[in-house]
Amino acid sequence: MLEVRDISKAFGGLKAVDHASLDVRQGEIVGLIGPNGAGKTTLFATIAGFHRPDAGTVAFDGKEITGLAPHRICAAGMVRTFQITQPFAGISVRENIMVGAYFRIADRHLAAREAEAVAATVGMADQLDRRGADLTVAGRKRLELARALATGPRLLLLDEVMAGLNPTEIVEIVGVIKDIRASGVTILLIEHVMQAVTSLAERVYVLNQGRMIAEGTPAAIAEDPQVVEAYLGPGAARILRA
Amino acid sequence: MTRAALLCAAGLAAAIVYPLLVPNYLVNIGMLVFFTAFIGQSWNIAGGFAGQTSFGHVVFFGTGAYTSTILQVTYGWNPWLAWPVATAMGGVVGWMIAVLSFRAGLRGSYFALITLAFAEVFRILANSVPFTKGGLGMLIKADQRPINFQFKDPIWIYYLALLLCLVSVAIAWHLTRSRFGARLVAIRENEDAARALGIDVFAEKVKVLPLSGAMCAAGGTFYAQKYLYIDPSIAFGVDKSVEMLLVSMVGGAGTIFGPLIGSFTLMGINEATRWLASVVPALKNVQPLSLIVYGIMLVLIVARLPNGLMGLFRRGPARA
Repeated sequence: MLEVRDISKAFGGLKAVDHASLDVRQGEIVGLIGPNGAGKTTLFATIAGFHRPDAGTVAFDGKEITGLAPHRICAAGMVRTFQITQPFAGISVRENIMVGAYFRIADRHLAAREAEAVAATVGMADQLDRRGADLTVAGRKRLELARALATGPRLLLLDEVMAGLNPTEIVEIVGVIKDIRASGVTILLIEHVMQAVTSLAERVYVLNQGRMIAEGTPAAIAEDPQVVEAYLGPGAARILRA
Repeated sequence: MTRAALLCAAGLAAAIVYPLLVPNYLVNIGMLVFFTAFIGQSWNIAGGFAGQTSFGHVVFFGTGAYTSTILQVTYGWNPWLAWPVATAMGGVVGWMIAVLSFRAGLRGSYFALITLAFAEVFRILANSVPFTKGGLGMLIKADQRPINFQFKDPIWIYYLALLLCLVSVAIAWHLTRSRFGARLVAIRENEDAARALGIDVFAEKVKVLPLSGAMCAAGGTFYAQKYLYIDPSIAFGVDKSVEMLLVSMVGGAGTIFGPLIGSFTLMGINEATRWLASVVPALKNVQPLSLIVYGIMLVLIVARLPNGLMGLFRRGPARA
């Protein structure tokens, strides 16, 4: 469904992403993990059209979408959320989600109804009239998810929707993401919370210093010495095994 | 909702009856209130709803005033026919400024400054090119017949201003209920999030500025027909830009009635300070007393009521 090939992106002298490739197949939940500063968010932004890559291609459903504007990519059926939540602060949750719903529904009443339905799926039905600015961290994360979902995507790129949540909230949002996948949406997610990655993702990619260093099931990845060293430092894998 | 509708109906009825009951001097003030609310609303649509703060909105006002006046004085057009052309010219100038500035990615204070620069360029051009008669300005021959867009009885120009104001309120009301309006608000609140949700930010901005510019240009023609004289500093001076911005901010930027309430308030202050200066001898030499009061008021509103005076009426947390 999504084929990312040899994407590179540099900012000044810093190579944020260096020949990274990944694939997402229809119906999967794929995780993208890596230490802080590995280039995960940059890779996401490049896939979603927020950055133009220096090299490489992105194809969605077999069509090349490299460097297209975000609204064109959204029209193709792929939408991203932001790690640093970007609520429309001055308007209500309902109106926030309606902005997403308006992407495919022109009528105001229908868009509002759709927004309410989406809010219910992410567990925000009781917060529809709160202002974006007045939400808690967990609320903002859900709102990111809800707005993106309201555009009716086939592939959802989730950037750390669990960061800053407490364990109860994480369990809740893991359930929400499972429901979203069950409704037929494919998901690629960046996540630091390993417990969530393990319980959600069928396959995981590991990015380190801009390069893709491993790919496999969550269990296999955790055993991979390269991955262990990327997180814990050189030699760590040997010490752990001993 | 019903209470609000009732309030609107009562306000409208009062506005219609008002000029029949008061002397001409007060009819004229009423006209100015609605006219200023109208051009304020034109600013509000771009600056308040879409968050594209312009410091040079007068560029559209002057474009409208000069277009209709030139067509009328130089080419002998009927002003009623020149009016829609002037309005369209405001739209064209709005489109041009939007494409140039938004293509270059100008946002926030950079956009505000570029609009200010455009207004200045237009003022200097109007001062120097022959077809505007330069700094001498242009005089429209007085011939007070309705067919000439000139009225002997001030009540008609008052009703025309009221009508313009109603139209602008209707446009703003429509924005709060339409997809286009929701997208403008999304762009104002967070441009990146708007882009991620499939909004073509550039295209929406290039729609809103012509709309706003056309409205403002219609106001320019109205002004020229009321006072029968324009010159570069009237038509393109920074005063009018500030006035449009001020009434919206004071009343509540991004709200339907903000510019109207702001216009009422500022006109009220204007008249009150004029009266005060006439009865209190010590204040006689404090010349622009109204400006001092404006200044204090603006500081208070920015500090205490970021949603303007409309913020006082709003119940519930969400913006209208």
